[in-house]
Amino acid sequence: MRAGCARSRVPEEPARGAALGQGRKGGLKNHMEVVPRLRQRQNSTAAVGERDQEASFGKRPILLWLLRTRGYYELATPGGGAGHAPRGGSHTQSATSRPAPRGTPPPPSLHPRDPPSPTGACAAVRPRPFTLQPWSPAAKMAAPSVFWGAAVSYRLFLGGRVSLALRQGVWKAAAAELQRAIAYLFPSGLFEKQARPIMKHPEQIFPKQRAIQWGEDGRPFHFLFYTGKQSYYSLMHEAYGKLLDVEKRQNQLQAKGLFSEKTKTKDLIGSRWLIKEELEEMLVEKLSDQDYAQFIRLLERLLTVECSAEEEEFVQRFRRSVTVQSRKQLIEPLQYDGQGMAFSTSEGKRKSAKAEAIVYEHGSGRIKVNGIDYLLYFPVTQDREQLMFPFHFLDRLGKHDVTCTVSGGGRSSQAGAIRLAMAKALCSFVTEEEVEWMRQAGLLTADPRVRERKKPGQEGARRKFTWKKR
Amino acid sequence: MAPAASVSRLLGAGVCAGPLRPRLLQSATPGRARPSGRTLASAATPAVREPEGSIDLNDRILNEPLKHSDFFNVKELFSVRSLFDARVHLGHKAGCRHRFMEPYIFGSRLDQDIIDLEQTAAHLWLALNFTAHVAYRKGIILFVGRNRQFSHLIETTARDCGEYAHTRYFKGGLLTNAPLLLGPKVRLPDLIIFLHTLNNVFEPHVAVRDAAKMQIPTVGIVDTNCNPCLITYPVPGNDDSPPSVHLFCRLFQTIINRAKQKRRHMEALYRLQGQEGPGARGGGPAHPPSLGAYPGDRSSPLPEESGSHACP
Repeated sequence: MRAGCARSRVPEEPARGAALGQGRKGGLKNHMEVVPRLRQRQNSTAAVGERDQEASFGKRPILLWLLRTRGYYELATPGGGAGHAPRGGSHTQSATSRPAPRGTPPPPSLHPRDPPSPTGACAAVRPRPFTLQPWSPAAKMAAPSVFWGAAVSYRLFLGGRVSLALRQGVWKAAAAELQRAIAYLFPSGLFEKQARPIMKHPEQIFPKQRAIQWGEDGRPFHFLFYTGKQSYYSLMHEAYGKLLDVEKRQNQLQAKGLFSEKTKTKDLIGSRWLIKEELEEMLVEKLSDQDYAQFIRLLERLLTVECSAEEEEFVQRFRRSVTVQSRKQLIEPLQYDGQGMAFSTSEGKRKSAKAEAIVYEHGSGRIKVNGIDYLLYFPVTQDREQLMFPFHFLDRLGKHDVTCTVSGGGRSSQAGAIRLAMAKALCSFVTEEEVEWMRQAGLLTADPRVRERKKPGQEGARRKFTWKKR
Repeated sequence: MAPAASVSRLLGAGVCAGPLRPRLLQSATPGRARPSGRTLASAATPAVREPEGSIDLNDRILNEPLKHSDFFNVKELFSVRSLFDARVHLGHKAGCRHRFMEPYIFGSRLDQDIIDLEQTAAHLWLALNFTAHVAYRKGIILFVGRNRQFSHLIETTARDCGEYAHTRYFKGGLLTNAPLLLGPKVRLPDLIIFLHTLNNVFEPHVAVRDAAKMQIPTVGIVDTNCNPCLITYPVPGNDDSPPSVHLFCRLFQTIINRAKQKRRHMEALYRLQGQEGPGARGGGPAHPPSLGAYPGDRSSPLPEESGSHACP
């Protein structure tokens, strides 16, 4: 925008100019010419009269704009301001900010105070489907009823026209866009899903509490109420009762001579005892460490004796399962190629080297790395030893063929990556016991060591600068 | 020997009894349970509202057992012979003897004290009678004992007769500071029964002293090494042998169940009479010559009792 020259201002705000009645500027005229002339009418009294009618509605500019945009009448005019000129200063912003619905011709402005067009062709105000009531001072007295009647009538008509248009499918797109635009510009938290209040579960806000422990007559409900820790002591009582039952049963069997010494090994590996906090939560009571230890000791004693199903179930209530890593070795499924040879594919990583190995079931111990024989790819003996290790461990040195691809890292990392990939692939050809042996030997674990960063103030990751006494 | 004779001796003179018995005479006095000092300590006892018309009914229900000397027929539950068979007479060595237990000791055999079972029987009758009356009046009974060998048994006994037990570590202010430890408006026990008066380190149980402080009557089985002073109804007897403790538990359980059953019968009876009209007939004490009259009794008395109950 060039400063200091009002005249040469780009016609961005033609409305202001028009509203202030400062007359048309050159730019505006150009703009007006761009507006297609839909219809042109001759000067006629009817047009003048209609213009007067429009002038009478100048007091209700929004309505006018609405009527015009909805195509009730068109203006074929060089007269008036530019396309999007709104009426009145108050509507300036809204009109400029609100995007006009697509498909409507830009409403040519007509301000009642605008001087008539030089051509003399009056703004042809042609209300299309209906005739407006002429408003005259004579009818002023009857004006209110007439006026409001008119207002109601054409409001209803408006609605009718809009619904007609919608039914005709003309305004659907426009209406949807309008809705979206309004939702974007005036966001409301009332209907937005993300603005919904998220409340915590009541159990998180109100911690579990004891209800009143006694009835109306004052007698407590639990028979161990007067100990202070009724849940814990009743649990101990129950556990000890079960122990006594078991011992009594054993004594009876022994008396009959049917007692057998066999102790079945219980599957305790995959589970752990409840921790003190979990027990406290279960009982809704505070416990001391000694109480907890005593309880666990009692349960363990219960486990050592041979007990029946319900006692087992009672004890299992206080054990939680723990995921055992050693059982989760993923064994790749075997695949078969065209010749019917079984093979298995697996991946391995070491530092920044990634490798993929395909191990064939039958072979003579040939290894191809990136299409190159391993002897040529790994000239250093140490790397070839790394490749050899899985087969040597399983005594299958010359029995498998391997094809692998590797990228990244250095020679040692690539060798390590291939080794891991080969070991994983070999799991498919080997028994579960041998898989467990491999796991314990460390063949199936990815080496997590990476280069440690250098720290400031030191020469390397660990090496410090030479210390000088003085 | 009839327990009645020794009972009358005890009631009248109170000489050989040794420890003071402030409550002995009061057990026969009628009247509803007034709010005593211990309940005042723990705020207000939850009041059970009774309709106006049944106050006299209630009075009659409560006063009826007090007109008979043995309303619950306690004497048929045991005999000296049954006590002897349950080894109740065996005490500790003479070196463990407590000075205040000397009146109850019959003698000493090979340095082991023998408890006088006739006195035991008399005291046991009083204790059981009192327990029955408390249970009849819907009092809270707390069984206390600290011998780990019988902890489970005591708790089971308490649960089976609908009362309460405490055989664990006794927290300091459980009775004296009950509103803080147990809840604001807790109701304290109306009777505490000690199966073992000493704790695990052979010292008097804290609850003995606390119950005396809170004016809660106590019944306790006192061995030769125990202090019977603060116990309201001491019962000299063996508290270490299993048969003895089993017998005592059985006795208490039986008498409590019997008393509760009697109360239910009396209430039903008086309700019926109230519906019929005035002119109520009093329900007499139980006359169970046969043992089938109290089907609620879990215990089966020893075989010698049926022959010997008339002249123990």
